[in-house]
Amino acid sequence: MADTQPLLEVEDLSVRYPGHKGWVEAVRGVSFTLGREKLGIVGESGSGKSTTGRAIMGLIRPPGEVTARRLVFDGRDLNAMSERQKRSLRGDQLTMVMQDPKFSLNPVMRVGEQIAEAFRIHHAAARGAARRRAIEMLEAVRIRDPERVYRAYPHELSGGMGQRAMIAMMLVSNPRLMIADEPTSALDVTVQMQVLGILDDLVSERGMGLIFISHDLNLVASFCDRILIMYAGRVVEICRAARLHEARHPYTRGLLDALPRVEARQERLPTLTRDPAWLTGATIVDEGAEA
Amino acid sequence: MTAGGAAPPIISARGLTITFGHGADAVQAVRGIDFAVPAGSCFGIVGESGSGKSTILRALSGLNREWTGEVTIDGHDRSHIGRRAFYRLLQMVFQDPYGSLHPKRTIDSTLAEPLLIHGIGDRAERIEKALREVGLDSSFRFRYPHQISGGQRQRVAIARALILEPKILLLDEPTSSLDVSVQAEILNLLDALRRARDLTYVLVTHNLAVVSQMCDQLIVMNRGRIVEEMAVDALMAGRTSHPYTTQLLQASRGYDRQAARELKTFD
Amino acid sequence: MTGSPATTPRGPRGGWRDWLLADVPRSATQAFLGRFYLGWRSFARNRLALIGLGIVLLLALLAAFAPWIAPYDPFAQNLGQRLLPPSWAHLAGTDELGRDILSRIFHGARITLYIVVLTAIIAAPVGLIVGTVAGYFGGIVDTVLMRVTDIFLAFPKLILALAFVAALGPGIDNAVIAIAITAWPAYARVARAETLTFRRADFIAAVRLQGASRGRIILYHIVPLCLPSIIVRVTLDMAGIILTAAGLGFLGLGAQPPAPEWGAMISTGRQFILDQWWVATVPGIAIFVVSLGFNLLGDGLRDVLDPKAR
Repeated sequence: MADTQPLLEVEDLSVRYPGHKGWVEAVRGVSFTLGREKLGIVGESGSGKSTTGRAIMGLIRPPGEVTARRLVFDGRDLNAMSERQKRSLRGDQLTMVMQDPKFSLNPVMRVGEQIAEAFRIHHAAARGAARRRAIEMLEAVRIRDPERVYRAYPHELSGGMGQRAMIAMMLVSNPRLMIADEPTSALDVTVQMQVLGILDDLVSERGMGLIFISHDLNLVASFCDRILIMYAGRVVEICRAARLHEARHPYTRGLLDALPRVEARQERLPTLTRDPAWLTGATIVDEGAEA
Repeated sequence: MTAGGAAPPIISARGLTITFGHGADAVQAVRGIDFAVPAGSCFGIVGESGSGKSTILRALSGLNREWTGEVTIDGHDRSHIGRRAFYRLLQMVFQDPYGSLHPKRTIDSTLAEPLLIHGIGDRAERIEKALREVGLDSSFRFRYPHQISGGQRQRVAIARALILEPKILLLDEPTSSLDVSVQAEILNLLDALRRARDLTYVLVTHNLAVVSQMCDQLIVMNRGRIVEEMAVDALMAGRTSHPYTTQLLQASRGYDRQAARELKTFD
Repeated sequence: MTGSPATTPRGPRGGWRDWLLADVPRSATQAFLGRFYLGWRSFARNRLALIGLGIVLLLALLAAFAPWIAPYDPFAQNLGQRLLPPSWAHLAGTDELGRDILSRIFHGARITLYIVVLTAIIAAPVGLIVGTVAGYFGGIVDTVLMRVTDIFLAFPKLILALAFVAALGPGIDNAVIAIAITAWPAYARVARAETLTFRRADFIAAVRLQGASRGRIILYHIVPLCLPSIIVRVTLDMAGIILTAAGLGFLGLGAQPPAPEWGAMISTGRQFILDQWWVATVPGIAIFVVSLGFNLLGDGLRDVLDPKAR
């Protein structure tokens, strides 16, 4: 953490939606800072982890409401920005990779053209220059035949290739921060490793920040530097990835205990009993993992 | 817990081959494999996508009739088992809890359907009993699938599979779509049911930890072939012989920078 | 999540609502009615849809009670009172034979409703069965059934109906049959498309594994899933059916005189359109309003029944 200024500062972020019986609070008072590191956000379904990512990106539309005391990206106050200013940031300095390239890539456009388009939106570049840049990015994600993939349509690519193309598209502007929402959940285990390896190298080469959202505790622990554990819209624990197994919050412990392990089997897997106190208690922060 | 050599196989396959498509487009999803599932055990089939693992289940269950080879189930040649008798012998639980229940039928109606098809009476009692056995109370009977959670739907799917009292249950990634905490409950439930009713499970999954927790032995598949067979003790101790299995085991431990660089593809 | 018995009614209205919306339905009927009630509430939020429903209900009421609410006998001729403009005595004026137009409109509603309902009852089930069977069986069955459907779809509806009526002879029942024959192919297409979506679903596989016959699967599992689209499609089609019937009537091939069929009324009113505009225009307005009503109703139903909107 050589920079003094954090890349992203989030303070008291909340997202709520109107429902049949009043407001539904998807995210409640989430606070953290991010430097040039890999931060994992882990939770089960309904924990608010994806919504947090989308709120930071500014992708929550009315009737959803986003409020935050502070939401500062690279020194710029996102709260004070107009939608137009946010749009110029999005896809350029702040990008997002989603789970399934089948759904996040435009199915009727060639892959390479989508990457080139992403580049041209934020930089005044001629078509030829944009094309060259797109090919460069495809090479950067270790695609061996970038010309072929450039001309291909999304459905012609395998899951892993499609995801790498998505990553290429999101890196084309050299962003400062990338948010990856379950980027490898739809992929086979070995392909997952491959894609993570590429992401790992790219993040360290470019000094980017990465927020990695996932439900897979072990994966996040092995890939990220720090981890945020979310439950029912709140952050219940923040810890260093290497010390996940010494986590103290009962929810985190419960999740860890409920996981089956390859090395040993248990008579019965311990199941999680949800304590209503988790809905309101304080966040447990591991020293060395300051929010 | 370990597969007893004395127990006769309840399912055995020899030269099982499943091909999709015809002529030039033909793809061999499963290429002449042999395996035997001991009665009363939990048999794991592990692999990644395209390995053929789910295809085997679809062939065993009869959802896919185009396979060749010899398959024996409960002592009878598979092709000679009458349809009705077969469905009371073998049932299946599917992966996606959101797709395995008819969206417009109540839970009661979904559970009553197999009983109606086979002309079994006492439906209300059997339905209540089936729900109890999977940990759901009768308040669930007249709900619709969209009103209950993923874990609860999977329990209903298990209840439905067991209501005809089969001996064999085929499980196609039964917990892959569920949260960690829910997965633990469902795995515990499945294990308890197997012991209580002396069932045989064939469990398909890509998750080696689930295999260790649930299975007695397993086969590892890659591109339609069995690359390795092992007892679960060997898996737990990491005594893998085929490099594909070793790679799979390594990957299941989480991300490792070095290992990610050294990944190989196996054909 | 253990259920509690339905709350004690606070009053008849409170009680019904609570029963329908109960968290834990105690019977299949309660569950079904509860869902129906939720659907109704969603539908009722759409004002235009309610207007459409109102128009359709008005049509039904007029048709049912025409003999009692029509001010005059629709067949009573009075040549001394021909072609009178709208007045308090005759709200819609009189036609060329002195018959009260308003009464003829009311009685014509019966004919319109008859045609519309009968067509739906004949065409929708035929289309549903053909579509679901083609979609589920696939292969040669699908090909044959869809080519037959294509043949029917290749003709413009009115021309095809004309051809059938010409073959069968004019008359209201033959008109119904002819229109039904032109309507079913579209429903077959819709049903087939829906069936293809669900054919490979796990819940269908599960029922196959229970030993259900193909007929059972189609009838009890696939048809219920196709019903919402078919209902919407049929409702939206009603306008077209009314217009086709009116077209046939206009050409003298539908209901025969002196039956007060709206299309036939326009036809005879044609000759007077310049000076006695009401003779042709009033039935035209009736056709327009009813078509609009069905369209609005169909749109409202689609918003409620379309699974993607849920």
